[in-house]
Amino acid sequence: MPTNASLLEVSDIRASFGGVRALDGATFSVEAGTITGLIGPNGAGKTTVFNCISGLVDGFEGAVRFEGADIARKRPEVVSRSGLVRSFQLARGCPRMTVFEHLMLYGPKQTGEGMVRALTNPGLIRSQEQALRERAYEIARRLRLDHVLDNLVTDLSGGQKKLLEIGRVLLADPKMILLDEPMAGVNPTLVGEIADQLAIIRESGVTILLIEHEMELIERLCDDVVVMAEGKFLTRGSFDEITADRRVQESYLGVQLS
Amino acid sequence: MTTLSASDVCGGYATAELIVKGVDLTVSPSELAVIIGPNGAGKSTFLKLLAGLLPKRTGQVSIDGAALPPGDAHMACERGVSFVPQERNVFGSLSVHENLEMGGYLLRSGVKTRIEEQLIRFPVLRGKLREKAGNLSGGQRQVLAVALALMTNPSVLLLDEPTAGLSPAAAKDIFVLIRDLAASGLAILMVEQNALLALEYGTRGVVLVAGRKVRDDTAGTVLEDGEIRHLFLGRAAPAAAHRV
Repeated sequence: MPTNASLLEVSDIRASFGGVRALDGATFSVEAGTITGLIGPNGAGKTTVFNCISGLVDGFEGAVRFEGADIARKRPEVVSRSGLVRSFQLARGCPRMTVFEHLMLYGPKQTGEGMVRALTNPGLIRSQEQALRERAYEIARRLRLDHVLDNLVTDLSGGQKKLLEIGRVLLADPKMILLDEPMAGVNPTLVGEIADQLAIIRESGVTILLIEHEMELIERLCDDVVVMAEGKFLTRGSFDEITADRRVQESYLGVQLS
Repeated sequence: MTTLSASDVCGGYATAELIVKGVDLTVSPSELAVIIGPNGAGKSTFLKLLAGLLPKRTGQVSIDGAALPPGDAHMACERGVSFVPQERNVFGSLSVHENLEMGGYLLRSGVKTRIEEQLIRFPVLRGKLREKAGNLSGGQRQVLAVALALMTNPSVLLLDEPTAGLSPAAAKDIFVLIRDLAASGLAILMVEQNALLALEYGTRGVVLVAGRKVRDDTAGTVLEDGEIRHLFLGRAAPAAAHRV
């Protein structure tokens, strides 16, 4: 990886779906070791950018580079195996699994997934599973999901599903995570605690790109904020810089300008 | 002018234990009651029980004193209750106009008039009538969801996190709209995690924890309660509210 390059670079992405221009020149980069906010009015194309980066859609123009490598139009599993993992705004999950099973599913590089190795190396698999189990417990505890570990995902409340979505992403042991409104529907006090966790995750070297409408969270967490509007890059800067921008105030924050 | 009452309401889903464990609540006309509480407290489940969407319910839900049978959403709707769920609250592949028609499906006549009323109330929808609801922005979609719910001319409105996923500007617009609806005489019960802002627009604050009501007071009193702020609003002191 070139030392002076950004961890993630998105260049001039353009995409249309069903005749609607969703992205019309989205360009920005994310520096390694930062939490970068991605904000903008509803319909600005933020989630669509996530879909392009994570390989969920491939019908777009433009380039996406992660650690210097071209990942544009790669399949989602290829992107996530490269260490770039995302969460979804509408947390779906596997409804018939328990919360604990669901978390365990996302442990990376599980030797037991290959049939030959599963038969020839049971000791290694046991120790891997034990380590994974401990991580799953630890993450569940931090997200206050430990008391519902044996519940089916379908029985969780909307907010708890959002928390599980964050847990799933963390369990994949990523280099970078894309979080799509992780706090929408989460109780404000817990939001504060999860924000602390995200800061700790950043300290551990994981880079975060965060779509969020909760401005206090953006102010508290983000080193840098990228603003999009109408499918385009609008501006970027510190929280104070972007909230002082008249265009951002008018179109996004809903401040009445005299 | 209609009053919604819940008395000792209990219920949950088929596969799990009881989620709502005996809640009493009355919402009068022109009231905007805001339910807050931790994740998994049973807030959405309580709304669904009131709307007749879950069959396993005990206790009494009544409209102007007349009881609603459990699990009978049609009856609830006929008696003037409208419910706006948090997700999947519009038909994404239908146009805005078709959505409004679907909202008026139960009406025997006057669908056109009702649609026109919604367009006067929510002018943003008029320019989008032929557009697919799935292509609307988040804020516009929530406006459509509320308009859909108003097609049957309800007197009680149940809203599940109407501002989740909305930009700050769009969230404020939705709260203003909801406050105005309450002021026009509707009894509104709203679940919100955007709790600080919701309580500023609401008239009452109800705190639900582990399926039980632990507080029910004016919105202002709840907003200023130090313990509630600390436990559920993520704030230490009343003066700390951030305004952009």
